[in-house]
Amino acid sequence: MAKQIKGVLGKKLGMTQVFDEGNRLVPVTVVEAGPCVVTRVRTPEQDGYSAVQLGYGQVDPRKVNKPLGDYLRKHDITPRRYFTEVRTDDASEYTLGQEVLADTFEAGQYIDVTGKSKGKGFAGVMKRHNFRGLSASHGTQRKHRSPGSIGGCATPGRVFKGLRMAGRMGNVRVTIQSLKVHAVDAEKGLILIKGAIPGANGSLVLIRTAAKKGAAK
Amino acid sequence: MHTQIQELEKAALRSDVPAFRPGDTLEVHVRVVEGNRSRIQVFKGFVLRRQGGGARETFTVRKVSYGVGVERTFPVHSPVIEKITVVTRGDVRRAKLYYMRDLRGKAARIREKRDALPAK
Repeated sequence: MAKQIKGVLGKKLGMTQVFDEGNRLVPVTVVEAGPCVVTRVRTPEQDGYSAVQLGYGQVDPRKVNKPLGDYLRKHDITPRRYFTEVRTDDASEYTLGQEVLADTFEAGQYIDVTGKSKGKGFAGVMKRHNFRGLSASHGTQRKHRSPGSIGGCATPGRVFKGLRMAGRMGNVRVTIQSLKVHAVDAEKGLILIKGAIPGANGSLVLIRTAAKKGAAK
Repeated sequence: MHTQIQELEKAALRSDVPAFRPGDTLEVHVRVVEGNRSRIQVFKGFVLRRQGGGARETFTVRKVSYGVGVERTFPVHSPVIEKITVVTRGDVRRAKLYYMRDLRGKAARIREKRDALPAK
């Protein structure tokens, strides 16, 4: 099955509400998508897989290192801040230097959005794993948000691997699948996505065709 | 908020919303769709609160219907609203009139503003 995944890099601007055609309020995240540029096309013959590399954002050309800078100069592409590859079977249809804009997607389409979630620091189990904590009363002292027991005593005599505990939370790559595109403003390069997406306002997000919902038959 | 979002919201704003504040009595003409035909329903009551800003601003209208308090919240810029008419201007000292929920009968009246100030 040939999967034709389209992708575009963008910046999360923030959330708001808009009215849909049924006059209902829809919560939307506004993403400034593109302009991206195709910086490399991966083919099965040359690279063993097929994908499109996209570049997005501005960067001082003097600060690009030599291997990358030479490659970009060779193909006459201005340097970009972010690069990402989108695995798709129709990569050969893209050409180097081709622009990828917000109109890659259309309203009503389903998409996956990848971003880096907000860091929460060292978080306890209630926030990190949705534990319920201990009782507020009944003699509980200074342990209201603790995880409780983490295992048996002499049997097994150890704590199982992977047991959910407190620790660093957030600041990881997160993908939200099957979000709906509410509207696309190609002129301003904006994509309105229904619902929330990962990351802080102003952070980099990758929008791709949905892997599951509404995928090509 | 990002300027591009503000622009988006500005496009959704309605220009025909009259100036009203909590305590005012309003007639809100709501478009109701039943099946494939729509009609206008009037919801009359006083404004309990106004909340939010920009395209996300909402207001709540309270009335007492057959002895039961009914509150309805509308987005100020909702396309569902056919029109809003201000019946009276109320003389109140708070922005949120939650205390009105506990009042019944004669006590649950709002004095009318005498020196009808020009709409701000």
